[in-house]
Amino acid sequence: MKLAAKKDSELAEKLMEVEKMLEKYKGQKGALLQVLQEAQKIVGYLPIEVQKRVAEALNVTLSEVYSTVTFYSFFNLKPRGKYQIRICLGTACYVKGADKVLSRLEQELGIKVGDTTDDLKFSLDACRCVGACGLAPVVIINDDVYGRMTPDKVPEILKNYE
Amino acid sequence: MEMVNLTIDGEKVQVPKGTTILEAARKIGKKIPTLCFLKGVNEIGACRMCVVEVKGARALQASCVYPVSEGMEVYTNTPAVREARKVTLELLLSDHNLECPTCVRNLNCELQKLAEELGIKSIRFTGEKHKAKYDDFSPSIVRDTSKCILCRRCVSTCHNVQGVGVISPNHRGFETMVAPVYDMSLAEVACVNCGQCILACPVGALKEKEDTDKVWQALQDPEKHVIAQIAPAVRVSLGEEFGLGRGAIVTKKIPAALRRLGFNRVFDTDFAADLTIMEEGHEFLERLQHGGKLPLITSCSPGWIKFCEHYYPEFLENLSTCKSPQQMFGAVAKTYYAQKMGIDPSKIFVVSIMPCTAKKYECQRPEMRSSGYQDVDAVLTTREISRMLKEAGINLAAMPDEEFDEPLGISTGAGAIFGATGGVMEAALRTVYEVVTGKELENIEFTSIRGVEGIKEATVEINGMNVNVAVAHGLANARKLLDRVKNKEAEYHFIEIMACPGGCVGGGGQPILSADERFEVDYRAVRGSAIYEVDRKMPLRKSHENPAVKQLYEEFLGKPLGEKSHELLHTHYTPRPRYPEAEEK
Ligand code: SF4
Ligand code: SF4
Ligand code: SF4
Ligand code: FES
Ligand code: FES
Repeated sequence: MKLAAKKDSELAEKLMEVEKMLEKYKGQKGALLQVLQEAQKIVGYLPIEVQKRVAEALNVTLSEVYSTVTFYSFFNLKPRGKYQIRICLGTACYVKGADKVLSRLEQELGIKVGDTTDDLKFSLDACRCVGACGLAPVVIINDDVYGRMTPDKVPEILKNYE
Repeated sequence: MEMVNLTIDGEKVQVPKGTTILEAARKIGKKIPTLCFLKGVNEIGACRMCVVEVKGARALQASCVYPVSEGMEVYTNTPAVREARKVTLELLLSDHNLECPTCVRNLNCELQKLAEELGIKSIRFTGEKHKAKYDDFSPSIVRDTSKCILCRRCVSTCHNVQGVGVISPNHRGFETMVAPVYDMSLAEVACVNCGQCILACPVGALKEKEDTDKVWQALQDPEKHVIAQIAPAVRVSLGEEFGLGRGAIVTKKIPAALRRLGFNRVFDTDFAADLTIMEEGHEFLERLQHGGKLPLITSCSPGWIKFCEHYYPEFLENLSTCKSPQQMFGAVAKTYYAQKMGIDPSKIFVVSIMPCTAKKYECQRPEMRSSGYQDVDAVLTTREISRMLKEAGINLAAMPDEEFDEPLGISTGAGAIFGATGGVMEAALRTVYEVVTGKELENIEFTSIRGVEGIKEATVEINGMNVNVAVAHGLANARKLLDRVKNKEAEYHFIEIMACPGGCVGGGGQPILSADERFEVDYRAVRGSAIYEVDRKMPLRKSHENPAVKQLYEEFLGKPLGEKSHELLHTHYTPRPRYPEAEEK
């Protein structure tokens, strides 16, 4: 079983910050959600090292922490990819076939929505209307906007981010 | 107590305030179906199988969590109620790996039974099935999530009853799966193999790792001398699988049944329990008199041992170095018994019949090879041996009374009470008292440490010294007790801990009761009293009076804590991580 984690050195510093944040929540089981949100703000995602520290500090099980992290879509288990792909699933995009584009993206990247590729290059998220309905369906990669997307355009576009 | 009046289907009921509709209905003999509800363990109102109409309420209400109130009118059997329950059940069934005939819980499954009781004739829904995982890497527990109905009874049990908490519902919606973190195997996380989750599961999503094939093979092999040892708690539970009633005592039927199954000898773990008391009693005295580490904590329960290694490594030195009776038996069988009978130990196949799933793990520990071979070859739960007997067409209930074989089948009442919480402590006190004082113990029944209370204490005067003892069963209770000791809120000389609530009679390998039956009877208490009855009827009730154990010391071991004992009967422990380690990438 592979648990995604950045290199120790990068993480170590952030973990110290997390530890500091946790001090004010010692033993407060009820603060789990809030603590996880703060931890994600610090580290950017919630690797197992962070979850363990949260569990210890709040005196809950790691299993409970993991259960909570995977229940809410706004928590990430893995660091976000170098390239963050967002696909609009707003109404306009949806009726123009955004779901098919999404399937193709998932297929090409080998991940599901909300996840990050193992090489940490791409992460894939869905979002609501981005205000570019005229271009529907819309995919955004970092700051680049791609309109009138079709499933077939997906491999081509991904090539721009080698 | 404030009482509340209400009507259920027009019938007047008076119950104490705070009672749920479900409890009130049961009081007047009305059956409301349930699925996620497990009394005292899981009362979360998740499955909505138990819905009823409450007059004035807009929607149907989950009766298992809905408290009664004055003047309430409840209807448990309206068309809307019946239809809602059916829809709930059919939705569950439509996403279920329905393979009842080959399922371990066939005919003892709450989902199956509900389908019958609610009169389900067809399933109106079809659809994609959830992605499932079959996890059989653990030596003790198998998870088959294709049958999981997400009731969370196992989750509450693991977290709250056992204070372990290694399984939870992960992910959300259709993807939800009850699993360890990162969907690992139970073998990769700090699961203690207690099997309490299996007892809680209404369906076949959790079961023991089945070892019956190994045993069938050995029984067929003419080269093998196959011997059985029966744990104390099995003699008050195996009869349940053959319709003899909860806690029926079948001590003498077991040898008869196992001989017919093909075992060459049928021995008794009670013998090894007596041996354990000889070693552990002397270890206690040794520590008491020579400033050794106290409190001494018992080591018979492999679920407790693994729990201690993962979660309380600071107490490892307090653990008795004595192996459990199962392992003492194995080591003695492949050395002393082998020599005595002139049998090559490599040809001896030791089968343990245990109320326990953690014993499967224990026998595979690398420390448990003192004879030069794996001391215990296979462990069967009470449920597995019952399945084997049934497969062979042997009806335990119809067996004649027969005796265990000699010499490893001779035991005392002290060995028998190992099967109930408090029993090891009581057995130890019976022996320690007489060894120290040289006087006969007048009242050998230590009733203050018997019974279902989670933590029990007693002070026993031995030769002018007050010895403080404590007993905990169920690992959440063990946690409480250990934290007290850690924080110096209490001081004890001797502590007994059993992983399972009720002790071994409530073990994770024992016959499974439905939630309905658990609502009615405290099965652990029933089996526990049966254990004490077994003890009362034994001619000898103190381990140091066991003639076969005496002979074992004379002919082979020398004396308790002697060199041979250390080699064969004692062990050591290993601190283990609480959390799985992350791999760097
Ligand atoms: S869990 Fe119950 S309903 Fe499901 S296959 Fe097994 S016996 Fe049948
Ligand atoms: S065997 Fe015990 S520790 Fe392991 S998951 Fe089941 S209840 Fe929890
Ligand atoms: S494994 Fe069994 S007890 Fe646990 S949630 Fe699934 S069905 Fe319920
Ligand atoms: S719906 Fe996709 S941009 Fe508006
Ligand atoms: S909601 Fe009452 S039994 Fe599940």
